[in-house]
Amino acid sequence: MALARIQVPKDAKPGDLMAVRVAIQHPMETGFRFDNMGKPIPKNVVNTLICRYNGVEVFRAEMGSGISANPYLQFYTRAVASGELVFEWVDDAGERGSEHASIRVTA
Amino acid sequence: MANRSRRTFLAATAALPLLVRMRPANAVPTIEVLQPLVQKITGGAQLRDGRVQLDIPPLSDNGNSVPLKISVTSEMSESDHVRAIHVLSEKNPRPVIAVFHLNPGCGRAEISTRIRLNGAQTILVIAAMADGSFWASSAEVIVTETACLDAT
Repeated sequence: MALARIQVPKDAKPGDLMAVRVAIQHPMETGFRFDNMGKPIPKNVVNTLICRYNGVEVFRAEMGSGISANPYLQFYTRAVASGELVFEWVDDAGERGSEHASIRVTA
Repeated sequence: MANRSRRTFLAATAALPLLVRMRPANAVPTIEVLQPLVQKITGGAQLRDGRVQLDIPPLSDNGNSVPLKISVTSEMSESDHVRAIHVLSEKNPRPVIAVFHLNPGCGRAEISTRIRLNGAQTILVIAAMADGSFWASSAEVIVTETACLDAT
């Protein structure tokens, strides 16, 4: 359901540092807001985001309501081999999302 | 002669606010409300100053989205790397903003994100290293419109 955008370099040399950027479309409801009827809107944030590079976990974020709506993250990882970066995340409502990007690593 | 002493006096008073503002940059303040959390993270180990650099605007018009860049000085090798980065807030209703888990494969311990802030406060970032040491840095942020104002 949730949409995400990922930016990674398409090509890299082995050992290169790659900046990985990810932005997920998510309201990150804090649980402190009320709707028009005065009912509290339940907290719903993307609480975990995991990034795996060819199956190996390279980055994991545990987030709370202190992260802005449409969470954006940038981190680094070292190019090892051609393959896929897979992002998986889950929110408080149990909704899961995933997105992947492929990288070509050539010497 | 009288004039000179007046000048020195003026120069001294002019420098006074500067001295007050220039707090030791690498002193991690003890934030009372966060002490239990810090204890839980470090397990009683000492928080050391340095190695963590925070890049956050000192003044923010809107607390809903404040850009934050954290970089930790580390080789990111097997023996010396950042295991986790904890971002804590002094005044948010939930003090733990985020926890980031890194490993040597990251190559560089640098993370950028956008955070919510409930008013002007101090942000405390703790880096847990592979050797069991904890390094911290803090940043003061002035927020004119808080993220929690919207209670419609």
